[in-house]
Amino acid sequence: MATVTLRVNRNTHTIDVPATTLLVDALRDTLRLTGTHVGCDTSQCGACTVHVDGRSVKSCTMLAVEAAGAEITTIEGMADGDKLHPMQAAFQEHHGLQCGFCTPGMVMSATDLCTRHPNPSEGEVRHWLEGNLCRCTGYHNIVKAVRAGAQGMKR
Amino acid sequence: MSGPQGIGASVKRKEDRRFLLGKGQYTDDIILPNQSYAVFVRSQHAHAKIGKIDSAAAKAVPGVLAVLTGDDVAAAQLGGIPCGWLVKSKDGSNMVEPPHPALVQGVARHVGDPIVMIVADSKAAAKAAAGLVEIDYDVLPAAGRLADAIKPGAATVWPDAKNNICFDWHIGDPATTDAAFKKAAHVVELDVTNNRVAPNAMEPRAANGNYDGANDHFTLYTTSQNPHLTRLLLAAFTLHVPEHKLRIIAPDVGGGFGSKIFHYAEELLVLWASKRVGRPVKWTADRSEAFLSDAHGRDHISKAQLALDANHKFLGLRVHTYANMGAYLSTFAPAVPTYLYATLLSGPYDFPAIYAEVKAVFTNTVAVDAYRGAGRPEASYLLERLVSHAARQLKVDPIELRRKNLIKADQFPYQTQVALQYDIGNYQATLDMALDAIDYKGFAARRKATEAKGKLRGLGISTYIEACGIAPSALVGALGARAGLYEAATVRVHPTGSVTVMTGTHSHGQGHETAFAQLINERLGVAIENVEIVHGDTDRIPFGMGTYGSRSLAVGGSAIYKAVDKIVDKGKKIAAHLLEANVSDIEFKDGNYRVVGTDRVKAFGEVAFAAYVPHNYPIDSVEPGLEENAFYDPKNFTFPGGTHLVEVEIDPDTGVVEIADVAIADDVGVVVNPMIVDGQAHGGLAQGIGQALFEEAIYDENGQLVNGTFLNYVMPRAADLPNFKVGNHVTACTHNPIGVKGVGEVGAIGVPPAVINAVLDALAPLGVTDISMPATPEKVWRAIQHAKRGL
Repeated sequence: MATVTLRVNRNTHTIDVPATTLLVDALRDTLRLTGTHVGCDTSQCGACTVHVDGRSVKSCTMLAVEAAGAEITTIEGMADGDKLHPMQAAFQEHHGLQCGFCTPGMVMSATDLCTRHPNPSEGEVRHWLEGNLCRCTGYHNIVKAVRAGAQGMKR
Repeated sequence: MSGPQGIGASVKRKEDRRFLLGKGQYTDDIILPNQSYAVFVRSQHAHAKIGKIDSAAAKAVPGVLAVLTGDDVAAAQLGGIPCGWLVKSKDGSNMVEPPHPALVQGVARHVGDPIVMIVADSKAAAKAAAGLVEIDYDVLPAAGRLADAIKPGAATVWPDAKNNICFDWHIGDPATTDAAFKKAAHVVELDVTNNRVAPNAMEPRAANGNYDGANDHFTLYTTSQNPHLTRLLLAAFTLHVPEHKLRIIAPDVGGGFGSKIFHYAEELLVLWASKRVGRPVKWTADRSEAFLSDAHGRDHISKAQLALDANHKFLGLRVHTYANMGAYLSTFAPAVPTYLYATLLSGPYDFPAIYAEVKAVFTNTVAVDAYRGAGRPEASYLLERLVSHAARQLKVDPIELRRKNLIKADQFPYQTQVALQYDIGNYQATLDMALDAIDYKGFAARRKATEAKGKLRGLGISTYIEACGIAPSALVGALGARAGLYEAATVRVHPTGSVTVMTGTHSHGQGHETAFAQLINERLGVAIENVEIVHGDTDRIPFGMGTYGSRSLAVGGSAIYKAVDKIVDKGKKIAAHLLEANVSDIEFKDGNYRVVGTDRVKAFGEVAFAAYVPHNYPIDSVEPGLEENAFYDPKNFTFPGGTHLVEVEIDPDTGVVEIADVAIADDVGVVVNPMIVDGQAHGGLAQGIGQALFEEAIYDENGQLVNGTFLNYVMPRAADLPNFKVGNHVTACTHNPIGVKGVGEVGAIGVPPAVINAVLDALAPLGVTDISMPATPEKVWRAIQHAKRGL
């Protein structure tokens, strides 16, 4: 077992987990932050995307112990109280989600994109989302939502 | 309440907020007190006798609670996983219906067939133990692919199924069809293969079973599209525990696409194991496990012949299809290539004669069952490829050939030669609409511009029809269904006027919590914020058959309408009393009861309050309270249809196909929420394009699934797809009270042949005449090279 101190959504947690525990499992099973999802076992689907020090990371590709000391944000940490993050609001406004399973990863990945590139083109959004699979929306409305969310993030 | 919220309003979805906040609750998110975890050891071989299972080392792993095998399942007398549909062969004999024990008993029949169940304190311990189980396999010859299983001398999957045939079924009239071909001026033939695909809902299947010994009661959380159906099958066939001792909860479910309709062994096993170990038992599939254990879709090999007269009017259609069932018959599997496929072979066309034969075939693969469209994509793919092929052979415009043969708007109701009666449609209108949307007149110029870049451009068309809203219970019963297919609803009006609706359908992306609330707003004038839609819990909902076949609004919504009718009628009696008028003089409109022709009005909320506080009330003739149940059994299927157009650009040097444009015009009946309807079409298109260009679940000759991960099974990604031009032309369904038809599957049904027709249109100048799905770069490049060499 390893004792790990994680900073998640501006809170500090010290947990005991096997040293082989993936960050995603520590978030879901130990901290019970189940908004981060697991959709595959080959780091392809992106449902587990979180922010580690502001950059989007697939939390299935990282051990919990590797995340010690980093500032981690999950989907649960995006809204400001009752107020949705502009990217979350854009996903609702543009019907960018259906079953909701890929949605947290999409939102986390998209906010990273729009922080780096405040005015992404349609093509840039589509290529950025290469690591996030959605089976419901055909991506049409996700792309619309991300571009609207980029504008919302500037306000 | 801001703006209109009734039928036709694109109101934002009520369910989105919890998903966006990360507060959705999916089955794997649930950890029950004292939770334990299950892992399955699955067959590594497609066909093998199971000898000794040595689980001593597994049992010794700390934290392991149970190691269970097929012998334990047999000793406990658990029932086999049943099939929900009996199809009879031409000769009247029943289909071959092999046993399907929850854990392998004696012989494993596909890779992924579960042999051992490990239950442990933690998933890690269960996985560690699973790795230590030693199984003696005596490997048998396998029929791994449909094409191999139908060859003479193929390996035998089931001894009772001669030549691996499960059933040999037919529909239509062979004599009139033969006569049509005899008098034909032209006969066009085409062989088509419909590729096998994996559904791949983003949420892998999961099940968490909990036995409460103090109350002798079971609860199952499961990733299901139809919890009541799961309960019915557990009660009647597998667990043998009556319904009142079984609660099935399908909480938030991360997509289904058909794959979560079926009753799977894992659902039974976690409940059974929970009683054995005295703790809740949770199983969650890994993605690679999902590839091996979820029912797949499609997998047909067909021959088709089209007879035309000298004026190119269709005279007859003859089809022969082999359909893969896999190793076991999944819940709806036999219905898919029969009643959901061959009955659709008339398409949107006026066919005087049709004859189709379908042979269902066992293979040593995981089961094949309904996947988005279920039979109807296979029908539209065959027919739309055949019609475009005929146009090319006869050197006529594929659009004009279709126009000449489409059923005309004044021919409805239209009786097909394959059992269905289409109630209404307007196929010319959707064709014209799609042609406008894609700027058909500008295609020649676009093709020139593409060619100037050294690429090829093609336009593909598909005019499709489908059948939704399954189904009239008596009809499907006569066809072999072992269940009724009505839907149920309860509408509960609370004393202060808010409304809770219990629906037997299940929402796993379709937006029922919003669209069904819009129905209540439309009928009762209650703001959707004051309407809660409850689904997915057998203890909260009277009954239901669930969500599949685009049936939820047409059947489930109609059940809600029927319950609302009863509410409105009861309210009239109460309002008549309050307004001191005759019931026959009361009308209900815009949320108000009014004495006709007067300004004497009682708002719906006032009537609801009176029903629960019956101080001034017609108590002698009307019971207090305002809650009604309804069951709705549809009179017919619904028949969405339309035109899908696709333009592709192909790089002849690499074979890469790029979707340049997609324009579709569908008639899905009355549209309740245009935003949701468009979204459903988008998703179906993505899956249809995925099947046409990228996806195929490939088994090798030994029955090994070659590409069972997201690393090598090509899921469509954002950059693979364009924006979609989506339009609707409405003809209202004539036989349900809302006028709706269904939209969930149109994209997956209509678009695959349009994609392939576009690819063939682009490649035609090079002499390529055929290509199979998926049209991968390698396949396209090879087809170009073969054509160049005249092969």
